[in-house]
Amino acid sequence: MSTNEWPLWEVFIRSKQGLNHKHVGSLRAPDATLALENARDVYTRRSEGISIWVVESAQIHATDIDEAASFFEPSDTKIYRHPTFYEVPDGVKHM
Amino acid sequence: MTQAEQEIRFQEKIDREIKIEPNDWMPDEYRQTLVRQISQHAHSEIVGMLPEGNWITRAPNLRRKAVLLAKVQDEAGHGLYLYSAVETLGTSREQTIDDLHTGKAKYSSIFNYPALTWADIGTIGWLVDGAAIMNQVALCRTSYGPYARAMVKICKEESFHQRQGYESLIKLCNGTPQQKAMAQDAMNRFWWPALMMFGPSDAESTHSDQSIKWKIKRFTNDELRQSFVDATVAQAEILGLTIPDPNLKWNEARGHYDFSEINWDEFWQVVKGNGPCNKERLAARVKAKEEGAWVRDAATAFAKKRAMKKSA
Repeated sequence: MSTNEWPLWEVFIRSKQGLNHKHVGSLRAPDATLALENARDVYTRRSEGISIWVVESAQIHATDIDEAASFFEPSDTKIYRHPTFYEVPDGVKHM
Repeated sequence: MTQAEQEIRFQEKIDREIKIEPNDWMPDEYRQTLVRQISQHAHSEIVGMLPEGNWITRAPNLRRKAVLLAKVQDEAGHGLYLYSAVETLGTSREQTIDDLHTGKAKYSSIFNYPALTWADIGTIGWLVDGAAIMNQVALCRTSYGPYARAMVKICKEESFHQRQGYESLIKLCNGTPQQKAMAQDAMNRFWWPALMMFGPSDAESTHSDQSIKWKIKRFTNDELRQSFVDATVAQAEILGLTIPDPNLKWNEARGHYDFSEINWDEFWQVVKGNGPCNKERLAARVKAKEEGAWVRDAATAFAKKRAMKKSA
C-alpha cells in the first residue's frame, strides 16, 4: 500500500504560553493521532513546543497568489490608517 | 502574460531577493533543478543514517551511544523536512523515494564509503558534517522559501553533529598511540571523499551557472570547497592529525590554502554506482521500505476503521 493515501498535515507549534501557534512545516500521517506524534518527533526534538496543532492541508483555504494585488489593494491605498500619516506639532507629548 | 514576460518578472523577483513560494509562477527548469537538488539532499540525510546507525550498538560508552542516537534521529528529521519541501513543488513523496530506490535519484557519494572503525564516526561528524554545514549555511539564503526554511532548521541542529565528532576525536587523539593511529587512519580515508562532497569542479559542473543566477546556489562548488579546506586545516592541527595531502600549503598571495587536485576518476566512479557501498546502501533502503510496509498498511487500515466508526 502506498503512503500517498496518507493525508498531508500542516503543523503549527506554540513555543511557549503567551505566543501564537506558528506554522513550522508539514508531514504525512494516516490520522490525527499519528500526525501529532510524528509532529512531536519531527519538529520538537529540542523543546521547541508546549502545544501542537495539526490540520489536514486539504482543509486549508488560501488566497489566490495571482489575485493578491487586487485582493490586498484596499489596504495598500489607505495610508491614513497608520499613525505616521498624521502631523502633530513638535511640543505635543504622550501621543 | 507571455512566458518570456513571466520569466523576466521571475528573475526580477530573484534579483530583488524576494523568495519564491510554492504557488508562485516559476520556470519549469527552476522547479526541476530544485526537485533534483532538494530530493538528493533529502536522500543524503536518510542514507547518511546507515553508516552511523551501524555503530549505535557498538558505541564505546552510554554517553557516546546517546549522542549518536540523537544525531541519527536528527538526520531522519532533516530528511523529512526536505521531503516536505520537495513535495511543495508538486512531486509526490512516494515517487521521490521510489526514484532513490530505482537509482534514478542520487545522494551524496560520501555515504558510499564504509565506517570501518569507531574513529570513523568522529571523523564523519567532524569532516562530513563539517562539509555539509559549509554547504547548508550557504543554502539558508537560497531563493526557494520552503528550502531556505528547512535549511535554517537543519543548520541550527547540525552544529552539534560536528562538535560531537570533533570532541570524540579529541579524546582519541589524546588517548593511546593505537587510538591516535585509528583517528589518523580515519582522516586518511575520509579527507578526499569529504572534499568530493562539494561536487564536480566549477569547470565541470553542468548546473552551476544557472543555479547561481537563480540564487538556488549562492556560492560555487569550488568556492565552498576552498572555504572548507581553509576552515579545517587549523582544526586538524589542534587534533595533531596530518591531512593526507603533501601539496597542502598556505598561499599568501591568494589568502587561501592550496591543495592537490581531487581524484575525479574516483569521484565519477562512486557517483556512477561503483563505490565500496553503493549496492549495500540502496539495498538497505529498499529493504526498510519493503519490511515496513505492513506497519504502514496497519496504520492506514486503523485510520480507515476509526473514521468509519466516527461517521457511523
